[in-house]
Amino acid sequence: MSWVSKTLSSTLGKKLIMALTGLFLILFLIGHVSGNTLLFKNDGGEAFNIYAKFMTTNPAVKLLSYITYISVLAHVVYSIILTKSNKTARPIGYAISKSETNSAWSSRNMGVLGTIVLIFIVIHLQGFWYKMHWGNLPMVEYNGEQYKDLFAIVQFAFQQEWLVALYVLSMVFLGFHLSHGFSSAFQTLGLNHVKYSPAIKKIGLAFSIIVPALFASMPLYIYFMY
Amino acid sequence: MILDSKIPEGSLAEKWTKHKFNVKLVNPANKRKYDVIVVGTGLAGASAAASLAELGYNVKAFCFQDSPRRAHSIAAQGGINAAKNYQNDGDSVYRLFYDTIKGGDYRAREGNVYRLAEVSVNIIDQCVAQGVPFAREYGGLLANRSFGGAQVSRTFYARGQTGQQLLLGAYSALSRQVANGKVKLYPRTEMMDVVLVDGKARGIVTRNLITGAVESHSAHAVLLCTGGYGNVFFLSTNAMGSNVTAAWRAHKKGALMANPCFTQIHPTCIPVSGDHQSKLTLMSESLRNDGRVWVPATKETAEKLRKGQIKANDIKEEDRDYFLERKYPSFGNLVPRDVASRNAKYVCDEGRGVNETGEAVFLDFRDAIIRDGKNVIEAKYGNLFDMYQQITGEDPYKVPMMIYPAVHYTMGGLWVDYNLMTNVPGLYALGEANFSDHGANRLGASALMQGLADGYFVIPYTVGDYLAQIPSTKIPTDHPDFLKVEKEVKDRIQKLLSIKGEKTIDFFHKKLGKIMWDYCGMARNEEGLKKAKAMIKELKKEFWSNVKVLGENEELNQSLEKAHRVADFLELGELMVDDALNRNESCGGHFREEYQTPEGEALRDDENFAYVAAWKYLGEGQEEELVKEPLKFENVKLTQRSYK
Amino acid sequence: MNLTLKIWRQKNNSDKGGFKEYKIGGISKDMSFLEMLDVLNEELSEKGEDPVHFDHDCREGICGMCSLYINGKPHGPQQTTTCQLHMRSFNDGETITIEPWRAKAFPVMKDLVVDRSAFDRIIQAGGYVSVNTGGVPDANEIPIPKTLADQAMDAAQCIGCGACVAACKNASAMLFTSAKISQLALLPQGQVERKRRAEQMVAQMDAEGFGACTNTGACEAECPKSISITNIARMNREYFTAVVSSNNL
Repeated sequence: MSWVSKTLSSTLGKKLIMALTGLFLILFLIGHVSGNTLLFKNDGGEAFNIYAKFMTTNPAVKLLSYITYISVLAHVVYSIILTKSNKTARPIGYAISKSETNSAWSSRNMGVLGTIVLIFIVIHLQGFWYKMHWGNLPMVEYNGEQYKDLFAIVQFAFQQEWLVALYVLSMVFLGFHLSHGFSSAFQTLGLNHVKYSPAIKKIGLAFSIIVPALFASMPLYIYFMY
Repeated sequence: MILDSKIPEGSLAEKWTKHKFNVKLVNPANKRKYDVIVVGTGLAGASAAASLAELGYNVKAFCFQDSPRRAHSIAAQGGINAAKNYQNDGDSVYRLFYDTIKGGDYRAREGNVYRLAEVSVNIIDQCVAQGVPFAREYGGLLANRSFGGAQVSRTFYARGQTGQQLLLGAYSALSRQVANGKVKLYPRTEMMDVVLVDGKARGIVTRNLITGAVESHSAHAVLLCTGGYGNVFFLSTNAMGSNVTAAWRAHKKGALMANPCFTQIHPTCIPVSGDHQSKLTLMSESLRNDGRVWVPATKETAEKLRKGQIKANDIKEEDRDYFLERKYPSFGNLVPRDVASRNAKYVCDEGRGVNETGEAVFLDFRDAIIRDGKNVIEAKYGNLFDMYQQITGEDPYKVPMMIYPAVHYTMGGLWVDYNLMTNVPGLYALGEANFSDHGANRLGASALMQGLADGYFVIPYTVGDYLAQIPSTKIPTDHPDFLKVEKEVKDRIQKLLSIKGEKTIDFFHKKLGKIMWDYCGMARNEEGLKKAKAMIKELKKEFWSNVKVLGENEELNQSLEKAHRVADFLELGELMVDDALNRNESCGGHFREEYQTPEGEALRDDENFAYVAAWKYLGEGQEEELVKEPLKFENVKLTQRSYK
Repeated sequence: MNLTLKIWRQKNNSDKGGFKEYKIGGISKDMSFLEMLDVLNEELSEKGEDPVHFDHDCREGICGMCSLYINGKPHGPQQTTTCQLHMRSFNDGETITIEPWRAKAFPVMKDLVVDRSAFDRIIQAGGYVSVNTGGVPDANEIPIPKTLADQAMDAAQCIGCGACVAACKNASAMLFTSAKISQLALLPQGQVERKRRAEQMVAQMDAEGFGACTNTGACEAECPKSISITNIARMNREYFTAVVSSNNL
């Protein structure tokens, strides 16, 4: 085995992949949430549709999106590998375990939270991303240029209560996932310091509330405004 | 029989240097042909095993715990002495030597003690190089604290866990040799007997504590680093598993046992709280720097207190007896361990003891807290106060602590010469298992020093000297002498298992402990000792006819393990009593009530008892033979200790 | 106090094992938890039943031998070793469940006794400074900043009891391994073998079959010596730096 594969197959190496991909996905979330705030612009979706076109055609964004796909994939695959090996590390469990007294619920249930988030992502991609790329979308024209009217799809989708509820609920799970994942990634990378770690923890907590809340407010906004 | 201590000729300061030059050496290429067995992996055992393996010998290391790191050296709190004189306060090798000889009440060999002081400086260097995180000053250099019995600051420490850190250092060196393949580890393995071939120690027989398998191990030399025998008292500050078995079996195979009655009783332990008590917990002696020791002035007040009718804090100043301050105005609460312990016993015997059992005295921090403030006291003793509260459930910041003396260390042990070899060729004893360096009383922070001195810096030279003189031929473990001992061991196991009596092992151990504590504890007298001897004999007889050992040999069987150990304690107890009876004087930890000054202080008899009392086992049921090794003092003048 | 004890009994490593219930009375609040078990064992012995086997030795919280999982927590309800746990932490009439440490790397040998030699092998992989006895510099030759020495001591306090593994939902030994790596990485004496040590100890830890760390912090919360998970971060740093920069292929 080469030193690279040896390292990446160690418990620490696997955790490194989880942390790096996790952090990249956090960056992705920042980009995604910032762009999507255009939904709040009261212009009938013009800014949002222009943005959507940019995001599907710009080569730099394309590259980033491939990294995002790989990250999601690696994050999922390695979490499965790690969960499996972690389970075999304790073949017989305890009859009674009071783990709630020594650790946060979210930290112990990252797998469950992650699975829910993954299911959400699939639904989400199928609803918007797939349609944007390969679906038959109505077109709109701004300043003489043709754009796919993704906004219309969004508007239509979020008229359905169940979907709005699903999105809001999923964001709660995402929030919990991030509340552990954010600072945990730094810890795994070895970035723990008396001066900075408390700040990282606070930023992580703020991030895990603000970003999912912003995402959740979008379907609610559309539902109530249109 | 004449005992040759083999102390080298020459002036005190030259002895060890000369000896190191005179010892025979094993050629580096030949070292791999020699096997050495090390029993016990505490400070002495781990350091010896590692050092010998580094030299190239093949080492087998045995311990009964699940890992070598758990040996009881780990529990030492205070520190380790070394004559570094880093504090520029006048310390020197000679001063450390002098303090140790005097502290031991002049019952140790000058040559051994001087060597101990001499190599003490190397120990600190070695431990620092291993990564032991000793306490440091802001300038980055090592910090020191002072300790009882010394007027210089020479104690190195790692918080309150010096023993732990030193042991983990030695354990790491040992682990390195395990990885190198030079040490083979045998955890959860108990030594059951030593095997002699042609009068030389050539191996041991062990019992695997998981499978019960009785196995033989052959070697060219056997090192016993198996600690002290304080658990003969049942209640002591020793670990539950600490035992005398290895040393005792060696004794029965011919090794002499020296000064067995010298036991150290530490004054500041948490008192016994009831019959269920399994062990005693020590608190650092440093508490006596600020705490004041007292009991109620009258028996009546003490009784009311014990019944819970009044509280300690209700007792007025004039109704308190600060007995140490009263009797020893100049040293007060800081008298040596043996004096403090004995006086606590006296006031309790008078019926003025506190605690429900009446066997405790107060150690009161009220005045210190008023004087210095709670913060200062907390900074100094916070961890000890927390430990006390954890165990007793009482807050020592608010109510006085209760303390009582407890057995802590045994100065006696297997007789060894200057080379740490017992009178059986090839059989060595290191650390607390031997008798050599502390005389009748050990000073604080000296046990760690001795264990590591023996293992790191003495035995690597002296074992070589012996091995260079014997052929490297190995003796197979199917040699008749091995088979014979194996059979003896198996028979004994079967015997214990087949008694199937009524009484549990702890019943006997507790009973023995009580006899030892009552008659061979802090104060002894002829009448009591004679009574104790008869009682122990009786108890031993009952043990072998009425003990109940459950289970079988071929399994993890903690009852069987304990039964072996208690059986040996019963025999040792009798010898301790014999030794105490023989020593018609009071010295250090041995206080014979008949021999005291009019003020009640220990009265030594240098004319008749300046010797090591070594005992020879003659056979089942026979009285042991006393062999004397006279002690010669050429450098120090023998004086009576006074702390008035 | 009267108590009901639900204790894991297992004859040996190959036995399947199961819980057995015992009623016990006359327990004083001042007893330590292990003394309570002593009382039970004395009663069992008198009745001719095999006593409950458990590991214990110093009974003053430093040897690290005691290792009971009590009512869902390693070493019981307090953040201390089992031997320092006292019965005043329990209520009269309570049912107490006692289990052995559970981990693939800690096989049960009998009842509550487990084999923790995996820890020894992790140390053997590199938890030392390779200096032979003798020939070392004077102890004061290399000054070490007090803060570093203190931090090293914080890590070095580990007693190797395995509560971290027992508490971790992944049975991970990272707190244990990182404590030793940290201690030696912080001190100048440990620098020479720093990279090799991190690589080898982590490899051994994995080989023993311990799980990975998911940063739940349970180990730190249950550690009787309060070893901090900052040590795990340091170990990760040491390891990643080592693998990318060492010459070890």
